[in-house]
Amino acid sequence: MTTPTTSAPLLAVRDLSIDFITPDRPPAHAVSRVSFTLQPGEAMGLVGESGCGKTTLSLALLRLLPPQGRIVNGSVQFNGRELLALAEPEMADIRWRHMAMIFQGAMNALNPVVTVGSQIGEAIHRHYPFMSPPEVAARVAELLDMVGILGARADQYPHQYSGGMRQRAMIAMALACSPEIVIADEPTTALDVMIQAQILDLLDNLRRHLGLAVIFVTHDLGVVAELCDKVLVMYGGVTAEYADVDTIYNSPRHPYTQELLKAFPDLSKPQAALNSIPGYPPRPDALPTGCRFHPRCPLVFDRCRTDQPALLSVSPVWSSQQSSGYAGTANSKRSGEVRPTHLASCHLVENDK
Amino acid sequence: MTDQPLLLSGAAFWKSFRRNRIALAGLIMLALALFAAVFAPVIAPYDPAASVEITIDSIYARPSAAHLLGTDDAGKDVLSNFIYGSRVSLTVGIFASFISIVIGGTLGIVAGYLGGRTERVIMRFTDIMLVIPDLPLTVVIVAITKPRLLNIILVIGLIGWTTTARLVRAQTLSIKERKFVLRARSIGAGHFHILRRHIFPLVLPLLVVNSVLIISLAILNESTLSFLGLSDPTVVSWGQMLNYAFERGAMSSRAWWVLVTPGFGIVWLVLGFTLLGHGLEQVLNPRTEWHHLTDHPLMVSLPAFPETHP
Repeated sequence: MTTPTTSAPLLAVRDLSIDFITPDRPPAHAVSRVSFTLQPGEAMGLVGESGCGKTTLSLALLRLLPPQGRIVNGSVQFNGRELLALAEPEMADIRWRHMAMIFQGAMNALNPVVTVGSQIGEAIHRHYPFMSPPEVAARVAELLDMVGILGARADQYPHQYSGGMRQRAMIAMALACSPEIVIADEPTTALDVMIQAQILDLLDNLRRHLGLAVIFVTHDLGVVAELCDKVLVMYGGVTAEYADVDTIYNSPRHPYTQELLKAFPDLSKPQAALNSIPGYPPRPDALPTGCRFHPRCPLVFDRCRTDQPALLSVSPVWSSQQSSGYAGTANSKRSGEVRPTHLASCHLVENDK
Repeated sequence: MTDQPLLLSGAAFWKSFRRNRIALAGLIMLALALFAAVFAPVIAPYDPAASVEITIDSIYARPSAAHLLGTDDAGKDVLSNFIYGSRVSLTVGIFASFISIVIGGTLGIVAGYLGGRTERVIMRFTDIMLVIPDLPLTVVIVAITKPRLLNIILVIGLIGWTTTARLVRAQTLSIKERKFVLRARSIGAGHFHILRRHIFPLVLPLLVVNSVLIISLAILNESTLSFLGLSDPTVVSWGQMLNYAFERGAMSSRAWWVLVTPGFGIVWLVLGFTLLGHGLEQVLNPRTEWHHLTDHPLMVSLPAFPETHP
């Protein structure tokens, strides 16, 4: 995990913008100019409230947007290869073979009338057409074993699985072709807390063993703190803040991140009341002028209402001062490293300079 | 959620089917008809194709020991004609509805899945076919192409697919939005694979139920054509029996047996298929079952106003 940031990234997303086109209406800007990089074996958290463009962004990486969704700008490079320029058949070869996805809601992502085993085998068969049926079956059993399901249950239908098992089966399916990147779209939604912990442990173990790069799409900051190396906080389709996990938790600079962290229960201070951010994230077809967060921001001032803040690098001095008190905590695994990127889109960051 | 599998296993299907009295009644009615059609040469007392010597007494003879259902205008045994007539109705019904189901199913599933221009073209064509009155069109085509059994099957089959296409399209539209289709696409599955593997199995129950109902429509169509005189003259059919009886004075001779017998046959088959279709629908689509909520006195208290209850 301590891959030096100087090596070529596995996935480099630059200025990715996605619009939703509806006839007779101006396009809705679901995602605007989002950039990030992912190193081999790295785990990134994609965080934000519902409707912030997280799922849209992850579907766009695989070019699986619904017909109304258009990638209007930007680039997605996988191992130096521009994915947005590929023809659809070439993209179909990359999907699942190199970049797989664990879909939100395991029940809906499994066909109720096809056995789980053959749904996993489908992916293997598509990408390794020369494998014989017994070889595919053996691989399916191996995959199920990897996620802790008895191989004999491959012949069962999704309704015979419990919720947690379905989620495990979805993970097995994502790993079917040994991809380098797995996008986990809210992998633990609708599961109870014990099962959530099991699934997250499983994902983390698999990631370490297989050297996977994982993008966790979630609104659970606990998941991010535990599993991720860095965090991309999205708000209203733009990057609010982008930094390694220590920085995000210890010295968040964007008011949205700060509010989000306050809304998350701190077990060490039992008396503190939980915070919530009043209001809702903006609809992509009715974005506010200026900063997209300004209607809900506690620190709002005049400029926020008119100017959209640029994504700026946060000065490291400030950051180190703030986080000095946390030196030596469990999460400071990057201490010996070059200064990690810390970007935030807020006028307050600019004012600091 | 509709997450139980829509296709039941053989044993589970039969268990559920057996409990359904409507479906069972339809099945028994059809089994009897099928038995009569297959073993017609054994059961029928006379061969309808054999020539008979006609006397004044053998025309429209009343039912007797020799002719259990009397004779018709040509002195032929009505019971034998009736038994042989079931062959035409069943053949036309099954083959014509097969053609309709294949055409309607394919067009519906393709239109629903592909959407866009393809869908618009297919569905507008379906609408046009739907608004053309079936009977005059069938009559015209059969009259032009000569009334042979094969032609009748083709014409009925090629005209009766419109409702199937619309139903299947609607079902496909809802299935293709489900997430496992997106997952299959992201795995790299092609359109054909997704249609065959993920959409068709979920459309199939609808298709089965629909085909059973389409069969009864095809049987009625065939009888109508035959009654109007557009029947294959080389084989006996119920509609043809009615046509001869109607044209050749059965009414004025008070030969009710010549009219009632083929009419009964048509009603029997159509009713059998309709009952089977409704029964199958209840078995294959558990959501149409509501009697388990109302029939059992222990489960639900009686409604306050029984007359407003469904």
